[in-house]
Amino acid sequence: MIAASLAVIVIFTLAPIVASVLLSLVSWDAISPPTFVGLGNYERLLQDQAVIRSFWVTIKLAAMIVAAQVVIGLGLALLVQRFRSTFLRGLFRTAFFLPLLVSAASISIVFTYLFNDKFGVVNYYLGLVGMSGVSWLGSEAGATATIVMVAVWQQLGFVFILFVAALSSIPRDVLEAVAMDGAGPIRTFFAVKLPLISPTVFFAAVIGLINALQLFDQPWVMTKGGPGDATTTTVILIYQAAFQNLQFGYGSAISVVLFVLLMILTWLQFVAGRKWVFYA
Amino acid sequence: MTSTVLSSRAKTPSGLRARVAARIAGRILAVVALVASAVLVALPIVWAISTSLRTPATSYDQPPAWLPTDPVWTNYSAVFTAVPLLTFFINSVVVTGLIVVLQLITSTMSGYAFAMVRFRGRNAIFAMVLATLMVPAQTTIIPVYIIISRLGLVDSRASLVLPVIGGAFGTFLMRQYFLQMPRELGEAARVDGAGPFRVFRQIYAPLAMAPMATLAVLNFSAYWNEFFRPLIFLQDSSNFTLPLGLVTLQGNFGTGSVSIVLAGIVLALLPSIVVFAFTQKYLVEGVAVGSFR
Repeated sequence: MIAASLAVIVIFTLAPIVASVLLSLVSWDAISPPTFVGLGNYERLLQDQAVIRSFWVTIKLAAMIVAAQVVIGLGLALLVQRFRSTFLRGLFRTAFFLPLLVSAASISIVFTYLFNDKFGVVNYYLGLVGMSGVSWLGSEAGATATIVMVAVWQQLGFVFILFVAALSSIPRDVLEAVAMDGAGPIRTFFAVKLPLISPTVFFAAVIGLINALQLFDQPWVMTKGGPGDATTTTVILIYQAAFQNLQFGYGSAISVVLFVLLMILTWLQFVAGRKWVFYA
Repeated sequence: MTSTVLSSRAKTPSGLRARVAARIAGRILAVVALVASAVLVALPIVWAISTSLRTPATSYDQPPAWLPTDPVWTNYSAVFTAVPLLTFFINSVVVTGLIVVLQLITSTMSGYAFAMVRFRGRNAIFAMVLATLMVPAQTTIIPVYIIISRLGLVDSRASLVLPVIGGAFGTFLMRQYFLQMPRELGEAARVDGAGPFRVFRQIYAPLAMAPMATLAVLNFSAYWNEFFRPLIFLQDSSNFTLPLGLVTLQGNFGTGSVSIVLAGIVLALLPSIVVFAFTQKYLVEGVAVGSFR
């Protein structure tokens, strides 16, 4: 049983990493035999505007998602901290947690309807305040904003729970001492709370980045990567290269670059995460 | 200096009263902000439910009706004829169910082995398992697809199950739990004549129900909602799972029959809500640990 489980891990996770690297050195359309091209795929991707653009799009989306998530999540956690009532805390925790249960694909469909240019609910209300006809999914800025909103909507509960736990772990006597000294809430936050929970903030940010750099479901369902290539993330590009254009070698080369980027972030998270994860 | 000035001011009665008033005002503001955020978070779901209960013709009426007055249930039957929703549902149940159960078995056993059984190369092998924990599925999808196609499993439900029955995350989670358990329990049972497998099955496994529940719930939530792998591995709609089926349905309808698509989305969400209602504790705890993978 253990051997079987290990075999599956080896076959479907470890071997594919090695295979990815090997595949990235060949040119292969899955039909005719692969031809060895050395680092040719990598040379090509360095000059491929579509690849460079997809990394830029992905990093831009990821940075916005993570920044919004951390700021809003931390703000809400600070607000909830003001209440001792476990009922109230539980209620808000449930409310912010529920989106995590919805499939990203399903909620992206819902947001596609809500942000529809002509009939959407969002543009109806914006029209009432004089901003009519915002092209949400039809413009680069609009599509970017909508994807960020879906992702933040869905992930907020996760950072919220992390931050509530971190804030609760600050010893009460520290906060009492600070209050005795007369520090206001803003100063308490920046001088005491934020430094104390900084490992969690860092942890949440890196986890968020790792997830956001693999963004696929939301842009695929809402925009198919468009308009143009405005929301074509790296994973969408890998999907298109390998499974639509049958360039398995080239797709693998892009995967390897993304993989290296994610591994660097994972290593960072592991170093910082150690502080937090083995806490509880 | 500043702090002594501040604290002496705080001690005067009027200053104290001002601070209490400020605190109460702050709390009211906090409640308002929290309730507003919670409502904002709930709105897309509320809209989806209300609109799924309106006729397709009125689903884009403006202003939008937020409450389902005069609910129409026809969309919920229409969605079953628009697409083979029942088939999607069964596929999702079978795929998710198999992954959850198989991962529970493999993870519990291998986690136990890594924690309790001494064997050659244990630490090296565990380090290897741990390393795979960090590998994002999206970056290895091309070789995994090639293996799946070599096995002749493309466009089958097995293609979704087979690659993930050995869970690195589950193994890690269970190992951490078994490490905390006293070894004496098993030793006592062994003295009484129980074999090694019986010690695992009758002594330790029943004690590990909590992390098993966490693992089951996290896996349910991850695989029930999965879209990427089904999109790549499946071709025929008779094999589709719910998220893929619903996106296909939306693609076919465009902005036509919104309320029918939303009925499907609400139906797909129901099992998650039920699971959540019964296992909230494990899920919320699990999120902190699960962030690891």
